Amino acid sequence: MSNKIFFDLDTSWINNVKINLSAVERRTSTLVKRRTVKKEFQVAWLLKAITLIDLTTLSGDDTFGKVERLCQKALNPIDNMILQNLNLNTNDVKVGAICVYHHLIKDCKKIIDKKLPIAAVSTGFPAGLSSFSTRKKEITDSIKDGADEIDIVINRGFVLQNNWKKLYDEVRSFKKTAGKTKIKAILGVGDLETLRNVAKASLVCMMAGADFIKTSTGKESTNANLNNSLVMLRMIRDFYNFTGKKIGFKPAGGISTSKSVLEFLILVAEELGFEWVNPKLLRIGASSLLIDIERQLYHFTSGRYANKEKLAIS
Amino acid sequence: MDKIIKNFNKLSYGPAPEDSEEVYEWIKNLNKPNKIFINNKFVKSSGTKKLDIINPSNKKILGKLSVSSKKDVDNAVRAAKNAFPKWSKLTGFERSKYLYALARMIQKNSRFISVLETIDNGKPIRETRDIDVPLVARHFYYHAGWSSKDTSSNNKPIGVIGQIIPWNFPLLMLAWKIAPAIATGNTVVLKPAEYTSLTALYFAELCQRANLPEGVINIITGDGSTGEHITSHKEIKKIAFTGSTEVGKKIIKNNSDPNTKLTMELGGKSPFIVFEDADLDSAVEGVVDAIWFNQGQVCCAGSRLLVQESIEKKFINKLKKRMEKLRVGNPLDKSIDIGAIVAPVQLQKINSLVKKAEREGNKLWQPSWSCPTNGLFYPPSLFTNVTPASFIAQVEIFGPVLTCLSFRTPSEAVTIANNTPYGLAASIWSENINLTLDIAPKIKAGVIWINSTNLFDAACGFGGYKESGFGREGGSEGIRAYTKYELPVLNKARIKTNKSIYKNKHIDKTPKLYIGGKQKRPDSGYSFPIFDIKNKFICDVPNANRKDVRDTVEISSKAKDKQISSFNRSQILFYLAENLQDKENNFVELLSSLTGLQKNETKKEFDISKERIFYYASMADKFEGSIHNPPMRGLTLAVKEPIGLIASILNDQFPLLSLITVLSANFSVGNASIIIPGEKTSLIASEMYQLLDTSDVPSGYVNFLTTKQNSLNKILSEHENIDGIWLFSQSDIDRRKIIKNTISNLKRYWCPNSKNIDWYNNEEIFLNEFLYQSTQIKNIWIPYGE
Repeated sequence: MSNKIFFDLDTSWINNVKINLSAVERRTSTLVKRRTVKKEFQVAWLLKAITLIDLTTLSGDDTFGKVERLCQKALNPIDNMILQNLNLNTNDVKVGAICVYHHLIKDCKKIIDKKLPIAAVSTGFPAGLSSFSTRKKEITDSIKDGADEIDIVINRGFVLQNNWKKLYDEVRSFKKTAGKTKIKAILGVGDLETLRNVAKASLVCMMAGADFIKTSTGKESTNANLNNSLVMLRMIRDFYNFTGKKIGFKPAGGISTSKSVLEFLILVAEELGFEWVNPKLLRIGASSLLIDIERQLYHFTSGRYANKEKLAIS
Repeated sequence: MDKIIKNFNKLSYGPAPEDSEEVYEWIKNLNKPNKIFINNKFVKSSGTKKLDIINPSNKKILGKLSVSSKKDVDNAVRAAKNAFPKWSKLTGFERSKYLYALARMIQKNSRFISVLETIDNGKPIRETRDIDVPLVARHFYYHAGWSSKDTSSNNKPIGVIGQIIPWNFPLLMLAWKIAPAIATGNTVVLKPAEYTSLTALYFAELCQRANLPEGVINIITGDGSTGEHITSHKEIKKIAFTGSTEVGKKIIKNNSDPNTKLTMELGGKSPFIVFEDADLDSAVEGVVDAIWFNQGQVCCAGSRLLVQESIEKKFINKLKKRMEKLRVGNPLDKSIDIGAIVAPVQLQKINSLVKKAEREGNKLWQPSWSCPTNGLFYPPSLFTNVTPASFIAQVEIFGPVLTCLSFRTPSEAVTIANNTPYGLAASIWSENINLTLDIAPKIKAGVIWINSTNLFDAACGFGGYKESGFGREGGSEGIRAYTKYELPVLNKARIKTNKSIYKNKHIDKTPKLYIGGKQKRPDSGYSFPIFDIKNKFICDVPNANRKDVRDTVEISSKAKDKQISSFNRSQILFYLAENLQDKENNFVELLSSLTGLQKNETKKEFDISKERIFYYASMADKFEGSIHNPPMRGLTLAVKEPIGLIASILNDQFPLLSLITVLSANFSVGNASIIIPGEKTSLIASEMYQLLDTSDVPSGYVNFLTTKQNSLNKILSEHENIDGIWLFSQSDIDRRKIIKNTISNLKRYWCPNSKNIDWYNNEEIFLNEFLYQSTQIKNIWIPYGE
């Protein structure tokens, strides 16, 4: 695997990207019917899914109290009773990370300590249109406050204008600013409209040093779906084949059921392989997904469908 | 619970079997051997032969299959024949209610049917559940609609239809056959394939529940011997066959009645063309759907991968990685891509073809994992180092085996794609719509998928060019195949009282053959004499032989490659009519002398001939295709394409008008023609060719060979470079001979019983019949979206 961080902007590669929407749709709609996991295999997959979750709260009204609940749930994602029934220990399953706004990083750090990575959304999230120096400073500040990962947003306008150079330069300088801290580049797929744009933006971000590419902020009307995810995964695969560097993937927004998260996991496993299905290379940005998974696990261990009220909220 | 920890640490799929208890219960309760379905009742077969019904995924015997005897076939045909008068006279709405009931029942029992099909055939439950069975229901819905829609009085039901279907899509092929047949008022005797009869027997139960009138649908099980009883049965008016080209040819050859209608949906070796500007990842998935769908046991499987050289290596690497991900195994498992091969003999065939290809130096690649051994499994396989000359690039394997060839330019792709006796389907991948739509018409195949593959729908026609068969299933074109149109017949014979004799000119006439736009002496150096009605010698005309045919075909098949636009064709025909009018006296006089018909009669023939040219001139740009409406974001264009080179053998009835009709209809759609005039009226053709020259008919498009009656029938009907043959003859023997000979290259044929054809008829349906016969429909699927 390549340790190189930055790669030159290759515009001929970007401009030659071909995406056929109908064929992409055909692949995703048939794939979810070509693979399924049942019973204890499904439980294992769902537990794995928990470890991939970037448990997120990104609301304007987030306070210490809200974040405290979130952190506690992140550390203890599954009800003790269920854990016992599954023969698991408390430490076996934790979420992938906590994902918050900058001003809550310190609060999280107090509760979480070093038990979980803390990701902060940054660079003028969600629109990404504040001044360049402000956005860069946000990264520095968040890292100073203790963020382990930075979710940056790209300037979607650059994509719509096909201004790959500017997009590349900006993301590259964000990565430079972040240094060893991992950055996840949020493409804002809903704003990019076409899958061709999604693919091209993916490539530019990877060339510019992004450690992860992430579908969306959760604030746009279209978030992660199997189609845009498939396209991003294929770009990750091409990039890996060309450079030897494994880039991570983070679908975010709208993944709220066990059924849906399994589809994403299957998609990643089929397109990139099982080695990509681990928190180093795959994260799911979600808030209400966890409780649905917990309900499925409850059902598996008890044989009964769970009442939501029985399970702790975050 | 430890399993969970283990799986959690190393994710894998694990088993996901579809529940099959209820279906096995049904199978257990089947009679051994099964009963056959005649007159809405399950009755014992009188046949003594029995076969095992095997589950290909574990080789376990499921039951015994009755091989229906001749007596059974007779009973079934009698039942269908008795049912026909009433069924065909029901209103469309009445018939459509039955089709609707069947469609609903299929949907309501869809999972049962899917499981049963998977157990019997070995194909994955994913496919039976998501593809086969929904398409079956769709087919009955669609045709329920047709039956209430099609009230045309001209296209009548045919009668009893014999239907023989293959094992690769057992219930889907049944639906493709039965739905259009009964929708249009026919009754059927259907034989499912010997390996896969169970879903057909279940369907028979649904027919009972739907209260279908007795005898409309009869289903009899059996093997090839039962099939032969069906195809040779005198009361069967049409045979619809889907299966191998080899058996299809045999059916055509053995068919004793030239009036029996045939449709043949036969084999293929379909090209899957990937250009350098395609979405390669999507194209790889396309290959998966093309050749690893239904274990590759698909007549239209994209089994010949053609990749542009510039991306060949990259594409093959992607493909191999994808192949590693395919899962072969228990077809009832919901996470299986490739199930079991239908029967041991098929598995052996695949094995031996692959071994042979390896011996010939083609490079075989298979994924690193190994197949389960408890059933009839074969891994997905890829051959590289293949050239068009390799046998593996030519032979239909009917298994999960892909052969890869490369090309450099679009025109080379077309050449390689067409380098096969087959012409069923093709898949074209490029993000450049200009390129794909340029290639689509150039590929000789009945179905073209742009950036997609193996798409099917009841609203679209499916069927082949060349040796992949003829006739279409689905769409309006499929309805045509289940109705008949009878040529109009003269009410009374034309009166022959002409006393005038041909006035010999002082200088001798020297008619010649007309080949490639040139007047040619016959190769043989022989002529035969033409006499007038009073037996007075008029002149000698050349007697064409096989070498003249050879030369004509050489020239005209090249000529037809130079496409002329529809507007151009139309202008030329108009001009021909204009030039013809100047020759009125010549033709009227000649016609009268040759036929003995009154002047007013021959004048009428002459006048209608002019009118006819005008009709076909105007149709050159009006006999259009259509756009089908499948449930897809995209277009499916049903394009009417010329057949190519058609040889037409005429008789002495309406010598001018029949020649004009055949000539201008064929020219109108863009076919090249070789026309053999009736022997005694050969001079009509000789008089005509000068007009063709003056009317700017491009050389080679129309050719006249004069000859003695029937003397060129064999050479023309066997010639492998002639794409179609028409014979207008009253003789059943001559018609049968022609049809039999067409199997050399499965050329399209049209040999109507020509007794007393009323060539004067000016009805659109009569005139358009010639246009339908001179074209074939290509369905081009164009999904779109950005």
